[in-house]
Amino acid sequence: MPSTVAASRPQHRTPTSPMAPPRSFLWSRRIFLTLLTGFVLLPVYVMVSSSLKPLQDVSGKFRWLPSGLTIRPYIDIWSTVPLARYFMNSLVVAGTATVCSVAIAVFAAYAVSRYSFRGKRVFTITVLSTQMFPGILFLLPLFLLYVNIGNATGIALFGSRGGLILTYLTFSLPFSIWMLIGYFDSVPRDLDEAALVDGCGPLGALFRVVVPAAIPGIVAVAVYAFMAAWGEVLFASVMTNDATRTLAVGLQGYSTLNDVYWNQIMAASLVVSVPVVAGFLLLQRYLVTGLTAGAVK
Amino acid sequence: MTTTAPEAGTRAAPEGSPGAARGPRRTGRIRRIGLPYLLLLPALLLELLVHLVPMVIGIAMSFKELTQFYIRDWGTAPWSGLGNYKLSVDFDGPVGEALLHSFLVTVSFTLLSVGLCWLIGTSAAVYMQDTFRGRGLLRAIFLVPYALPVYAAVITWAFMFQHDNGLVNHVLHDQLHLTDKPSFWLIGDNSFYALLTVSVWKGWPFAFLIVMAGLQNIPRELYEAAALDGAGLWQQIRRITLPSLRPVNQVLVLVLFLWTFNDFNTPYVLFGKSAPEAADLISIHIYQASFVTWNFGTGSAMSVLLLLFLLIVTGAYLLVTSRGRKAADA
Repeated sequence: MPSTVAASRPQHRTPTSPMAPPRSFLWSRRIFLTLLTGFVLLPVYVMVSSSLKPLQDVSGKFRWLPSGLTIRPYIDIWSTVPLARYFMNSLVVAGTATVCSVAIAVFAAYAVSRYSFRGKRVFTITVLSTQMFPGILFLLPLFLLYVNIGNATGIALFGSRGGLILTYLTFSLPFSIWMLIGYFDSVPRDLDEAALVDGCGPLGALFRVVVPAAIPGIVAVAVYAFMAAWGEVLFASVMTNDATRTLAVGLQGYSTLNDVYWNQIMAASLVVSVPVVAGFLLLQRYLVTGLTAGAVK
Repeated sequence: MTTTAPEAGTRAAPEGSPGAARGPRRTGRIRRIGLPYLLLLPALLLELLVHLVPMVIGIAMSFKELTQFYIRDWGTAPWSGLGNYKLSVDFDGPVGEALLHSFLVTVSFTLLSVGLCWLIGTSAAVYMQDTFRGRGLLRAIFLVPYALPVYAAVITWAFMFQHDNGLVNHVLHDQLHLTDKPSFWLIGDNSFYALLTVSVWKGWPFAFLIVMAGLQNIPRELYEAAALDGAGLWQQIRRITLPSLRPVNQVLVLVLFLWTFNDFNTPYVLFGKSAPEAADLISIHIYQASFVTWNFGTGSAMSVLLLLFLLIVTGAYLLVTSRGRKAADA
């Protein structure tokens, strides 16, 4: 992953800089970054190496190297628990929540960024303050609310993927709206006003001018929303049943009363992580630019 | 920031459908009174359904004696007035005592975790401000803990902290001989440090990311001017980089604080439904009070108390930092 941001922005101390970094700086940097890399990669190493070990290796004393390499865990994970189903559930829930949350946040942020209207301050403050509420505060009432709505209308929210999607999409919404307001503010107003003069409607101006100019911010928000939904545990463990269980809960199925299949747990962890990590690293440059404009100002 | 533009009065177009956009308009700002509300409507409805209504219900529940017998129809649960709150803050009683203990654990855990995350994240970002070989690769590596799904990462740590077959005991006891016998990491007093390690490992890349973004906003002329005046690198970092990061840090520290304080996923995956006493974070504690001992009323009262505490802390923090900023501007 060569750093694209590094190439595209001016560096603070270029070769023309009057001063080379002092030795103390270089040495402390070398030591610090080496230690930190070790700390960061240690669990990744454990995950990868243990996922290739036979069961007796992960049940006994830890060993740095497997006694014999095996891909058995990668085959067994699909039958020990219905991993494919959990995978599908996670994909549907996180994907839908992301798409909806980004769309809704784009509209809301556009309204806040481009229009003045009564109640704007109240809206932004309310949205922002939900960020500080502990999830546990919503869990119980939401649980009761979904059950009651289900009893009253027959719409099954509790235990369904729909209920989980609804929940997740509002969790990423406040952060998304907040980031996008900042990002839209950084798109010059003249651009969309010119579009309006040229005969675009407000939505035309939004989709033809503002959204294309704000792609990094929108990608950053989408990545955040997807990761939040993919990794959430609390609501997933209370609000799902056998059929709708997501990966976050499903991974607990590898420990039984008698055995903990650590090699399979590590293999499954790796399998569910690879798509997210790969996507994240591919999109990371958007994340940094998106955060610069949206959140940091 | 948004005082009304000079546009009161005349309504250019009827509110409602986007088609109305074709109505008469002036150059400059076009006002459609209804449009912003229409754009906000989906967000408002969802916020209402999933945040505001549940919050009201949660507050109402905290005044009720809500046990599992009333869960089907919680409206019929007997009224208990301030009973749940009294129980929660009665620090001589078992419930209040446990809550106070959990609160103190959470506070010290949060302060330590946020401090370490900030320190590591800022150091890494500042060290990586310049280009050097392998910088791009390192940055990608450093973002891995942030990108990994929480449960996958925490489960791996749980494996590493196992008593018999974990890496941590293997290294500390078998290889380095630092401990007399293998320690327990997921029960007992050590669990606090295990939790802290995982939380810092998972949390510092976010600080790194934000500080890195903040560093891009510092004009390089500042560094050039300082270098011409003979300021060394360390001095530049101390006098330019760190002060310029202040507004970024104020947001960062607040967000880290709130996220860490409310974190449920990490302790839940590491310890399960009930955390060891030394690492009994407040969100797990409330979860247990509600869903394990089936006392939803008390759980709600604790949640409301927690919310009040966070509101006060956030309010005070915002007040102090904005005052600090005003003083700096003056």
